[in-house]
Amino acid sequence: MSSAQKTAAPVLAGPAVRARTPRARTTAAYVRYGAGKLGGAAVSLLAVLVTGFFLFRLIPGDPVKTMTGGRPVSAEQLASYRREFGLDLPLWQQFTDYCGKALTGDLGTSYQFRAPVVDKISEALPNTLLLTGTGFVLYTALGILLGTRAAWRNGRLGDRLNTGLALTLFSVPSFWLGLLLIIVFSVGIGPIPGMFPTGGMESGGEEGFAYVIDVAHHLVLPVITLVAVEYGQTLLVTRSALLDEMGSDYLTTARAKGLRDDLVRRRHAVPNALLPTVTLIFVNLGRTVAGVILVETVFSWPGLGGLFYQALSVPDLPLVQGLFLFFAATVIVMNTLADLVYPLLDPRVGR
Amino acid sequence: MTTDTPARVTETGPRALARQRRRRSVVRFWTRYRTHRAGLAGLAALILFALVALTAPLTVGSDVAGVTDAPGQPMESPSGAFPLGTDRFGRNLLGLLVWGSRISLLVGLLAAVLSVTIGTLVGITAGHFKGAYATVLMRVTDWFLVMPTLVLAIALATVMSRSLGTVVLAIGVTTWPTTARLVRAQTLAVESRPYIERAKALGGGHWHIMSRHVLPNVMPLVLAQATLGISTAILAEATLAFLGLGDPTVVSWGGLLQEAREAGAVSSGDWWYLVPPGIAIAAVALAFTLCGRAVESVLNPRLEVDR
Repeated sequence: MSSAQKTAAPVLAGPAVRARTPRARTTAAYVRYGAGKLGGAAVSLLAVLVTGFFLFRLIPGDPVKTMTGGRPVSAEQLASYRREFGLDLPLWQQFTDYCGKALTGDLGTSYQFRAPVVDKISEALPNTLLLTGTGFVLYTALGILLGTRAAWRNGRLGDRLNTGLALTLFSVPSFWLGLLLIIVFSVGIGPIPGMFPTGGMESGGEEGFAYVIDVAHHLVLPVITLVAVEYGQTLLVTRSALLDEMGSDYLTTARAKGLRDDLVRRRHAVPNALLPTVTLIFVNLGRTVAGVILVETVFSWPGLGGLFYQALSVPDLPLVQGLFLFFAATVIVMNTLADLVYPLLDPRVGR
Repeated sequence: MTTDTPARVTETGPRALARQRRRRSVVRFWTRYRTHRAGLAGLAALILFALVALTAPLTVGSDVAGVTDAPGQPMESPSGAFPLGTDRFGRNLLGLLVWGSRISLLVGLLAAVLSVTIGTLVGITAGHFKGAYATVLMRVTDWFLVMPTLVLAIALATVMSRSLGTVVLAIGVTTWPTTARLVRAQTLAVESRPYIERAKALGGGHWHIMSRHVLPNVMPLVLAQATLGISTAILAEATLAFLGLGDPTVVSWGGLLQEAREAGAVSSGDWWYLVPPGIAIAAVALAFTLCGRAVESVLNPRLEVDR
């Protein structure tokens, strides 16, 4: 996307580079491209840091009073809180302190749990990774598979049904779908017995293989919810990317060579259509973060999303701020990774 | 325009011409839009929802949301008197659903308008004034584009007071970048046409070119974006309300779902409390999406296959 304008001019490299082998030249170009991307990511991360600071200074009134949630607190306690959070210092000093601490991995202390925010995040991270990772793999695979099918049979009944279903699920609020799944499959309704746990990640008391089965059992409904609300996006992106390729001459050539329709699709069309899809999958990670927050809230999954919900219902500002920084930074890092991998997949980019 | 009827003769002149041209393009737009069945279905659903929301003061009245003299017992299942049952205060859920449509639609519309306005402003100026200004602006746009929208909106809504304005603002300022990117691309395309050069040669300033030449040309795109944006905004509003970040004093569909969850409707299996608001959200969001996609494919025939 934005990569094109930025790296379209390898002219700067001059004759010294041009004299080398083509391979060295492309490597140099890639290094320059990568450095540009990494620089951009660093600026973005800095912007997140600054936003994180000023956003949480926007609070109308006294942030300490907001944090105590209107409970009766003595003046000394207020003063000590103010000192604890460094709110008695001038703004610029607060900012430099905050930046220094954030860069060394200190995100402050959670008001609600009385524990370092970093500890809370690292505790919850593996659980979130388990849920998100499983969901991500499944919805990407499902989206790409159904998307290519839909585009290849463009306009027929199968395509219409697929696209229609994807659009419908896309419009469904994920938390509502989760609640419905709980009612139907956990609580049980009519003839359907409650088959799955209503929430959490484990029943407790299990060990070894039984523990794995137990967690997997708890994982089913959250993952189904996540996949249902997210695969539509991948499907639509894949479909339109493939539709863009459909009219291309090289497909006609491939057919003229006598390749089977199936091979034309798998070997020729899909690899080309996957390139824009990969970028968009990563750009849309922000949406996935939203989905994860809601799914974890609904299923009381002990991950980052659930933590975020707990934090903002208090509101536990240091924790909300820490999680905000963490989510934003993760998405930026993942996008940068995608940018770095992209030219390796598509030789036309970044040269 | 020479015309054969005497009445039309008075209509000549640049303004009348422009009006005629606009009317013709609206007719052309409608003729093409009519061929999209999904778009028509979406439009019909939207008209229905708009009617329900607009006539709500006549059909249910604002006292449906009052908790003091609720008509039924708490948590009644659907019956003849209460087709969708009652909530935990004994209020009529069908009435609340109808009443809530006003807030959900209003917030969705306002947030989408705000988002599209910011996006158009950024997009047109970034496309018109090239150079450092545009570079900085597009970097900011890219930054907003990758940011997880909901996280940003939640952070905004957490630090500000609980009100409808906060929700509109939180959704509006987090969802504009897509529009900005599209509008900028379109602006660049429009500005490379010869008639812009002519306008400049005739002494047209920046403001004249942006408002008189670029804006009318990006308007269709903006319209499609706004339609799609409303469905995103309605979903975002429901989400924020569900997380307890909405205005607690008004009834909205997301708020109903949050109340249902708090009242324990999930664990007691009271599906009738949960299902209708969610279906309403999904139906409105889907209707706006269908309309937006139809508008998009009318305006951009390359997408025609998308039908």
